[in-house]
Amino acid sequence: MKLDSMYQEIILDHYRNPHGKGLRDGDAEVHHVNPTCGDEITLRVRLDGAVVADISYESQGCSISQASASVLNELVVGRTVGDGQAIQEAFLELMQSKGQGEGDEELLEDAVAFAGVSKYPARVKCALLSWMAWKDATAKALAGQPVVND
Amino acid sequence: MTTTSGSAFTALTGLLDTDAIRKDFPILQRVLHDGKPLVYLDNAATSQKPRQVLDALNAYYEQHNANVHRGVHVLAEEATALYEGARDKVAAFINAPSRDEVIFTKNASESLNLVANMLGWADEPYRVDADAEIVITEMEHHSNIVPWQLLSQRTGAKLKWFGLTDDGRLDLSNINELITEKTKIVSFTLVSNLLGTVNPVETIVRRAQDVGALVLIDASQAAPHMVLDVQALEADFVAFTGHKMLAPTGIGVLWGRQELLEDLPPFLGGGEMIETVTMGSSTYAPAPHKFEAGTPPIAQAVGLGAAIDYLANIGMDKIAAHEHAITEYAVARLQEVPDLRIIGPRTAVDRGAAISFVLGDIHPHDVGQVLDEQGIAVRVGHHCARPVCLRYGIPATTRASFYLYNTQAEVDQLIDGLHHVRNFFG
Repeated sequence: MKLDSMYQEIILDHYRNPHGKGLRDGDAEVHHVNPTCGDEITLRVRLDGAVVADISYESQGCSISQASASVLNELVVGRTVGDGQAIQEAFLELMQSKGQGEGDEELLEDAVAFAGVSKYPARVKCALLSWMAWKDATAKALAGQPVVND
Repeated sequence: MTTTSGSAFTALTGLLDTDAIRKDFPILQRVLHDGKPLVYLDNAATSQKPRQVLDALNAYYEQHNANVHRGVHVLAEEATALYEGARDKVAAFINAPSRDEVIFTKNASESLNLVANMLGWADEPYRVDADAEIVITEMEHHSNIVPWQLLSQRTGAKLKWFGLTDDGRLDLSNINELITEKTKIVSFTLVSNLLGTVNPVETIVRRAQDVGALVLIDASQAAPHMVLDVQALEADFVAFTGHKMLAPTGIGVLWGRQELLEDLPPFLGGGEMIETVTMGSSTYAPAPHKFEAGTPPIAQAVGLGAAIDYLANIGMDKIAAHEHAITEYAVARLQEVPDLRIIGPRTAVDRGAAISFVLGDIHPHDVGQVLDEQGIAVRVGHHCARPVCLRYGIPATTRASFYLYNTQAEVDQLIDGLHHVRNFFG
């Protein structure tokens, strides 16, 4: 059934048991809204030098948007900002692939499960909500502190 | 039609002959997703169109297309007669005292904005200024909130609103404090697009009349579903849209009392709305043309006329009875679904056929997606009435809304579909 390609078991697992949910200390906070469906996320980023030390969030929305935030946390926390941005760009590309992309599993890990969502134009924004919030918050955090070169 | 859980219910009475009606709607024959027949329950967003309306549109473009008014050739005269004929049909449909009180707009939003702008530019006693108050309700569609926020911001007028009770009705307990001598306009929906609530028009109109305020009724969710008599409503303006009542998109109606339309200033200027024009100034055509600048949506008006013929032929009272029976059944059956909470009245009393609900903590988008896979079209989100969602502390709802072609079996399919949703996310 086509529906199973969207609601992969990995996605439903993240939805039921989200990683890193809840707001903790951060260097920058953003609030993003998907006005067409009312999904909302408040997301904080904490950086430790060039490393993403924490991504914490409070959100409400559908299973796709909730699972996506969980995957974001799992994938990006502990990486450098540069690696996180590469993952974010690869995920964006996958979500814009209109069902054609498969995603680089080495890079995207659980996030490749969202490939099926890219076939549903109304749901792509749900999957991207937390990632766009992370991108925005990270830019804010970087602007607010001196860049550490290693 | 077999159902897994509908056997306790016997066939409803008072229903229309939906087998015959559905044959008029080509789109209802569609089969989706590996053989699932379309179950279209998104009628509060827009209705489907019968062949009679589609034929009228085609016939207009194939045989009569021309710009309206002032043309001396055959096609221009035919197009004008068809366009103005549609106005006659609307006037009769809403029991308007005069056809000149029927203004064609592009949709209900434009009708509501038109009134707000008229009042912003009007002379006394209608002028909305910094001393004035505007009264709306918390259950309005955004199209009956934002125009008033804009008018309030531009003039300094105070915007006030009726709150809602826990069971989805207007809280009228403070009506005398809300509608006062300062109130210039009270604008409210006859039927809520999210809650389904049918509002007590008489109580509100009576109070508005006592203080000399004008009344605008948003009948977008009423005109398609019940007998609409603008004289019985005793309002000053009534707005609705065509596409929710079997007509094409792009055609709406504003009805207004004749003396008001004479006194109030135009909003949009252009061709068609003038009497004489010099480079220095212009005088305006009498209503309704004063408010119809530019080439109007001619084919769409003709389509609305055909839709009204179709509805009138069946009978609005019979359509209302059909929907009431379906709503009563749907409200009862929905409440059998575990964890389902109806947002709005939980009975069919003073209630339209749009039913919003939440299903446990399953997000409405997920509900809608899994229903879609079964061929069932519902709407999910805040339904352009976000303040209602805020009032009830929910991010969004799933809404099933019924019309004259919907059947008892389709209610059963919805219920079966919701059980499937629960299993899927359980």
